[in-house]
Amino acid sequence: MTSKPCTLYEKIWDAHVVERRNDGSCLIYIDRHLVHEVTSPQAFEALRLAGRKVRRPDLTIAVPDHNLPTTARRDAAGKRIPIGDVESAQQLAALETNAPEFGIRYIGDSDAEQGIVHVVGPEQGFSLPGTTIVCGDSHTACHGGLGALAFGIGTSEVEHVLATQTLILKQSKTMEVRVEGGLRPGVTAKDLILHIIGVIGTAGGTGHVIEYRGKVFEEMSVEGRLTVCNMSIEGGARAGLVAPDETTFAYVQGRPYAPKGAEWDKAVAWWRTLHTDPGASFDKSVVINAAEIEPTVTWGTSPEDTVAIGGVVPSPDSFADPNKQKAAQASLDYMGLEPGTPMTEVEIQNVFIGSCTNSRIEDLRAAAAVLRGRHKAENVKWAIVVPGSGLVKRQAEAEGLDKVFIEAGLEWREPGCSACLGMNPDKVPAGERSASTSNRNFMGRQGPGSRTHLVSPAMAAAAAVTGRLTDVRELVG
Amino acid sequence: MTPIRHVAGKAIPFGAKNVDTDIIIPAHWLKTITREGMGRGAFEVLRKDPDNLFDNPEYKGAPILIAGDNFGCGSSREHAAWALLDLGITCVIAPSFSDIFASNAFKNGILTVVLPQDQVDRLLEVAQTDPVDIDLESQTVTTPFQDRFPFEIDPFRKHCLLEGLDEVGLTLAENDVISAYERRAAGELSFLSGKVERAA
Ligand code: SF4
Repeated sequence: MTSKPCTLYEKIWDAHVVERRNDGSCLIYIDRHLVHEVTSPQAFEALRLAGRKVRRPDLTIAVPDHNLPTTARRDAAGKRIPIGDVESAQQLAALETNAPEFGIRYIGDSDAEQGIVHVVGPEQGFSLPGTTIVCGDSHTACHGGLGALAFGIGTSEVEHVLATQTLILKQSKTMEVRVEGGLRPGVTAKDLILHIIGVIGTAGGTGHVIEYRGKVFEEMSVEGRLTVCNMSIEGGARAGLVAPDETTFAYVQGRPYAPKGAEWDKAVAWWRTLHTDPGASFDKSVVINAAEIEPTVTWGTSPEDTVAIGGVVPSPDSFADPNKQKAAQASLDYMGLEPGTPMTEVEIQNVFIGSCTNSRIEDLRAAAAVLRGRHKAENVKWAIVVPGSGLVKRQAEAEGLDKVFIEAGLEWREPGCSACLGMNPDKVPAGERSASTSNRNFMGRQGPGSRTHLVSPAMAAAAAVTGRLTDVRELVG
Repeated sequence: MTPIRHVAGKAIPFGAKNVDTDIIIPAHWLKTITREGMGRGAFEVLRKDPDNLFDNPEYKGAPILIAGDNFGCGSSREHAAWALLDLGITCVIAPSFSDIFASNAFKNGILTVVLPQDQVDRLLEVAQTDPVDIDLESQTVTTPFQDRFPFEIDPFRKHCLLEGLDEVGLTLAENDVISAYERRAAGELSFLSGKVERAA
């Protein structure tokens, strides 16, 4: 059959259409649903009130992550240490009862597999290429790194998916972000995505699904691809995709939920067809030259406020758009920064290495490589490393990374969202600055009054060592 | 859901651009397990300013909010929609909305109206002193003056909002179609939506 050339997104979309409606919307089948404690209680409540069941409990897993403290969860006797915050405890307890009540697998706070949903899904082989994946969390875009169509949904949609295993959606427009050439040494997936968001802006991808294309992504590890796709939402796109390839298959094979035997072969055969056909067209296309990208940091309170580490805090007048000028001024006031200040002179007091953007084993290895044999600076008051899951934690410990962090004066924590958002006890104090590997530098995101500079794991480690934002290439050549 | 046909009354002339859901409802309000009472946390940071619009008696209980570009960007929290509803807002007008916010708003019976910036600017001006009127049936925003701004809306969303229909109930009624897809997929794409089991 000859059909018109399709993009990767269109292929996955077409495979999941349950029904096309007259108004152009489609009922789309959802293959995988990840549930966490923050956006699900009201959905379960609504099901219960309406006497509705979960249609496919086997396609759903529940993991607590946002509210869990990252300090020890059990005492020496194995007894659960109570959570101080009453509301956090209430949300966590709600998930722990809701999941089994509706027949869903619950990965609990002291299971080795527990972690941030977006780390757990790929790690368990639950998230697969070509699947549709949803979660009540905007960083679900992350799973696109496997070549899955993955996006965040709200609580009403969580309820809709639980009850029907479908969503009513309109097909998105397609956007290609094509990166040409290769990255320079010392420049990582995180620098790349920060740079991309700086170029396209936080609304650049609105209404679109981004496909990241080019040699850089083909050569990138799955972990790097997850980092890139994770922040698609910061570029306004609901989802990001990297076409699955041999690297992806090698990553997925053998994981607990991955298909086995003949099913595996059948899956791989289909996955190999999942790429944008030659001649397929995108609604929008952005081309980026990889060689121009330096280790990148943010200076403001929007993820598009990026600058190369060798750059300076921009002046609001340097923006053409008067609204952006106003926003930039507000950002600088909040961040306590003066235009013209070299980024490398910005002192930081906190370092956070973690979050669904950068808490996989590769990220911890990158941070540890910088910290090995070094110590955090005097002015860095609080520096924590939070693995994305219990399995990442175990792996890191097997490699001795925990010791590297501890000897460098950093804290080694239990898995969870931690200081990515001010929801659990890990917070950056008001007025203080952090170098953070997370994905959002919004006002108050890491705690009321906190000032966030988004960086890669290696750059966060470098900042810990010098006590200021630092070009990691000066520490490790 | 409460049907929406017509929203008329005071409109909060907010106008700010890129208002993310952290501003609409800060993270610490996400720790609830029910939908009610969230209005107290709406725009909490902005409301620390004693002159803020939201606590201005002029706009108390106003059913309409006029915002700037890219309203509701950032985190997907549906609490943002619940917070607005709890404040009494049932319609938001802006030059653009984040996709997730617009969909959350709809699912909770909030009408989002997209108008070009110059028309939004005009409404911001009118709202300082006068009411604004949104008629969903005819898809128009009007003011007591000569203004008459038509807007687009997805026909399915329009229908659901007008009738106050619950989406989950509507889709459950299509059980047969979903089952048919599952049977089809169980053959061709069994590794996607076939029975998922974990290796021991
Ligand atoms: S780590 Fe941060 S961005 Fe990721 S799911 Fe948790 S809170 Fe959201």
